[in-house]
Amino acid sequence: MDPPLLQLAGITKQFPGCLANDDVDLTVERNQIHALLGENGAGKSTLVKIIYGVMRPDAGAIIWQGERVAIQNPAHARRLGIGMVFQHFSLFEALTIAENIALGLNDAKDRVGLYGRIVEVSTSYGLPVDPDKRVHDLSVGERQRIEIVRCLLQNPKLLIMDEPTSVLTPQEVLLLFATLRRLAAEGCSILYISHKLEEVRALCQAATVMRLGRVVAHCTPSEKTARELASIMISAELKPAGERRAAPAAGKPRLVLDRLSLRANSEFGTSLQSISVSVAGGEILGIAGVAGNGQGELMAALSGETLAGRPEMVIVDKVPAGHMGPHERRRLGGCFVPEERNGHGAVTTMSLAQNGFLSAHLRAALVRLGVIDQRRTRAFADSVIRRFDVRTTGAAAVAQSLSGGNLQKFLVGREVLLDPAVLVISQPTWGLDAGAALAIHEAIVALSASGAAVVVISQDLDEIFLLSDRIAVIAAGRLSEPIPVRDASLERVGLLMGGVAAAPTDPVHA
Amino acid sequence: MLSLQPRGYVSILWSWGSPILALVLTALISGAIFRLMGRPPVLTVYTFLVSPLFAADGLAALAVKAAPLVMMGVGLSLAYRANIWNIGTEGQFTLGAIAAGGLALALPDAPGWALFPAMIAAGIVGGALWALVVAWLRTGFNANEILTSLMLTYVAQYLLVYLVTGPWRDPFGFGFPQTAMFSDAAAGSRLVEGSNLHLGLVLAPVIAASAWLVLEKTVLGFQLQVLGEAPRAARFAGFNENRLIWLAMAISGGLAGLAGMFEVTGTQGQLTTTSSPGYGFTAIIVAFLGRLNPLGVVPAGLLLALTYLGGDAAQIDLGMSNAITGIFQGILLFCLLGADVLILHQPRWRPRHVKVPGAGT
Amino acid sequence: MTTILVNLLVSVMAAATPLLLAAVGELVVERVAVLNLGVEGMMLVGAIAGFATAHETGNLVLALCASLAAGMLLSSVFALLTLTLQANQTATGLALTIFGRGFSALVGAGYVGIAAPTLPHLHIPALSDLPVLGPVLFGYDPLVYLALASLAAVAWFLARTHAGLIMRAVGDQHDAAHVLGYKVIRIRYLAVLFGGAMAGIAGAYMSLAYTPLWAQDMIAGRGWVALALVTFAAWRPFWLLIGAWLFGGIMYLSLYVQGLGVPVPSAFLSALPYIGTIVVLVLISRDRRRIALHRPAMLGRAFNPTG
Repeated sequence: MDPPLLQLAGITKQFPGCLANDDVDLTVERNQIHALLGENGAGKSTLVKIIYGVMRPDAGAIIWQGERVAIQNPAHARRLGIGMVFQHFSLFEALTIAENIALGLNDAKDRVGLYGRIVEVSTSYGLPVDPDKRVHDLSVGERQRIEIVRCLLQNPKLLIMDEPTSVLTPQEVLLLFATLRRLAAEGCSILYISHKLEEVRALCQAATVMRLGRVVAHCTPSEKTARELASIMISAELKPAGERRAAPAAGKPRLVLDRLSLRANSEFGTSLQSISVSVAGGEILGIAGVAGNGQGELMAALSGETLAGRPEMVIVDKVPAGHMGPHERRRLGGCFVPEERNGHGAVTTMSLAQNGFLSAHLRAALVRLGVIDQRRTRAFADSVIRRFDVRTTGAAAVAQSLSGGNLQKFLVGREVLLDPAVLVISQPTWGLDAGAALAIHEAIVALSASGAAVVVISQDLDEIFLLSDRIAVIAAGRLSEPIPVRDASLERVGLLMGGVAAAPTDPVHA
Repeated sequence: MLSLQPRGYVSILWSWGSPILALVLTALISGAIFRLMGRPPVLTVYTFLVSPLFAADGLAALAVKAAPLVMMGVGLSLAYRANIWNIGTEGQFTLGAIAAGGLALALPDAPGWALFPAMIAAGIVGGALWALVVAWLRTGFNANEILTSLMLTYVAQYLLVYLVTGPWRDPFGFGFPQTAMFSDAAAGSRLVEGSNLHLGLVLAPVIAASAWLVLEKTVLGFQLQVLGEAPRAARFAGFNENRLIWLAMAISGGLAGLAGMFEVTGTQGQLTTTSSPGYGFTAIIVAFLGRLNPLGVVPAGLLLALTYLGGDAAQIDLGMSNAITGIFQGILLFCLLGADVLILHQPRWRPRHVKVPGAGT
Repeated sequence: MTTILVNLLVSVMAAATPLLLAAVGELVVERVAVLNLGVEGMMLVGAIAGFATAHETGNLVLALCASLAAGMLLSSVFALLTLTLQANQTATGLALTIFGRGFSALVGAGYVGIAAPTLPHLHIPALSDLPVLGPVLFGYDPLVYLALASLAAVAWFLARTHAGLIMRAVGDQHDAAHVLGYKVIRIRYLAVLFGGAMAGIAGAYMSLAYTPLWAQDMIAGRGWVALALVTFAAWRPFWLLIGAWLFGGIMYLSLYVQGLGVPVPSAFLSALPYIGTIVVLVLISRDRRRIALHRPAMLGRAFNPTG
């Protein structure tokens, strides 16, 4: 029998303060689609970076097609026949598709006739691309195609895909799966990293489950239910899935957007086009959408970092606020948690007390005559830390010393404690472990129950369906008409995300 | 080979130790250069760095030299903390000198108690206005403040030349490019009779302390810090970036102008084409050496003042060109920037090929 | 009339040359997303190195090599500090300028007011003697042609070669380039050294051809103008030439007008190039979209290779 395509034995990798991979074994057979499952922080990304030569293991062996190898660098990995499509694309915005692909091919002879080969390979695998287009003009799904085509041009025997569907619409996911199945059948195995259990069950023939750096199980995904897989991943009995939220009592509209339009301030941005929606107190509006469709611009328009053309475009508790900056909007009760923790929502090199001051100085009265009230500032940060179970040494701890989950708990708690009228939060649980994500979801739901209007902008459809009372989709800067969550199906939302304005009225089982 | 591992935290030890290491390295490198020039290294370094302290009135001269450097360095430390790169303090110094000097020339008979405070105000306003041009260009037109402030330095110099050789030239000055001497009233009272010690020596540390309080304790200071560390977070917090740019430029320009005023009235007593001894660029080094901390600027200013005195001493005692000061300051800044790596990184000695146990045999 | 025009064209080209030489070097540096503010300092050391060598040895080729080496040496310090030791680029560039001024003043002290061999002008029989085209096209010293040739070479290199593509990629997204296996630091070192070499030669042009002599601070801000030029050109080589002519023209005109004895204070005319630079900077910077479109995206961002 042929030896397995790839065998990892005892791979170990230590970072300062973190054992990312602890004696990991993994086997990928030929013609196999093999899942690598685990939570954020389980060590999956580190492992595949080792396979692809981006890092070297501290201990352990890599056996490729029966022979022991030490993979020096990505170019070496590619020569061996290993290709990788990263979660965060290695693409150059200002360059064309052909130039981007050429940069991934180190051998000059690989670049001969590149233009034609790009067209040929991309079309034959159902992922057509135009080599002269510049990357900054492309959607996220199209960008992923470039990454895949770049790998395919080198005839890989193993294709590693790191969380490929987190940026795709449901329809694009099906297209990707068809491509992957065909590749596996034709002799290119797939190592598929994901935490999306239903997808893994549908696509993969084998799975290796990791948790906190170690392998905890090998299994066949189709033989398990999603719940069983999830409990292996977090190694605990899952709480029963949260009930679909009961319809809230109709409250007064606390946040109203009236034909909000905003021209993008750069070539690469997305213009907002006539967005109108109303969010009532006690309601959670979920805004779904694939990255790059205006979420960042919408967040900035809501928080006041970008001013609107007319004051009435953004109305908070009946007060027109479109012309107000973040400071004045906070006075009205607007609270915001932006997508990016580091450098936007928080200053990584400053203490938690100082970060608390950043958004709370007005509503929590932390200033007297221009001087910072250090005692009150520390007390405020302490109360956030206590109430939201932030694991840290104290208010004086520097923000970057916290884990992502704990920092996010602090940033959400900072806003919630200010008794907002409106909370807008973008990507609330991106990159967080399940425990932190749960805590944040609970905080959001509790806040909404207390009467605030909450807007959740997220790329994670599971999260949107979990939290929202109504769902709207942002695509190319436009917002769809919000639909009640019980009327929404994955397909319908997926079509809206893909930009199809007219969604079928016949709700299909989600 | 030597590799640098990120520490993951800021080393307080090295934040303050790095300037000391830099000073030691600079002394060593300078010594080597002196040796290459055929000079005895230890003697030359001693003459340069140590002997001025022991000269008659050495400490007084040091303080007088340091005062303007400290004032300008404090202003720059605030601006640089906010990532606002005012490189034009040389020009702002000149404008302060021009404004104050012009006032003194216009009112030769005014009494000291009225004239002197007016000149202080004029110096501050002159420097601040010159800096505000840069702020205006940045906030209104997005023009890079490094280039605009530098260009304005050249313009300021030519303005001074024009005034001193033209309308303001001393009619009894035998045609030299200089103005008349200012009245005694303009010079301001001395701290100690008959000495060179002027009010600026007292003001400088007061300014440093006040700036530190503003930076650490007030909202304004916090806003400047956040703007420098994370501009997006500053916007998120609702801090008005344009307002902060105006303020930072006004403060650093005003302080530079104040320094210019003291220099021409207290020390020189008139305006000439070389009214600015290049303090503007030295102040940049002072700010960095002081770790962009207004309190740290005080010892940094003293050290760099010492290098000026040392250059003069080397010239007088050893017959060397006093351009040596400029080289020393440049090397000091290089070594400081290099030594600063230790604040965030830990040097580790690692053999070139890491042996992975059990693999690749 | 024709003579005035010819003199104008020739003088503008000469005035533009040091700006062009330095700006071509800095363009390459900024395309890999490094900002070296030390151009003025590198030009100064190049000027004194070239002048001193020319005076001591009488050999102009050696002098040019010396200035090239001086610029490269100084830029290597910049590279070491910013690329290996991760020092702040703005501060380090300023340090280069401060050091360059001090060093050139020290070494140059002995060369003030002294003559040295100057670069010869080209003379092609028949071509150089043509009435108008002769001096305008064929009468310059070699460095002028070098400036134009290096501009063309850099433009071709960046747009058409794989190595040039790699450099553009590094400037666009250095993390992506690193992931793809390109040695970002090494590429940046090479670019910085090239920039230093070009700045050194630009300085040599000033002291050996343009002025030609040594005086303290003789570069008089041209290094900063070269930096402004790169922004003016929006990092595109062809526009460097337009900008160099523009700035060179302003510089030449201010001298020319002074020579005419017009009753404008000479200080004002001398200040004109600097005011002009500000005006041009303001005009370009207003168009944020155009700048954002062409600016190397990683300019000013720190590169942290991990793993």
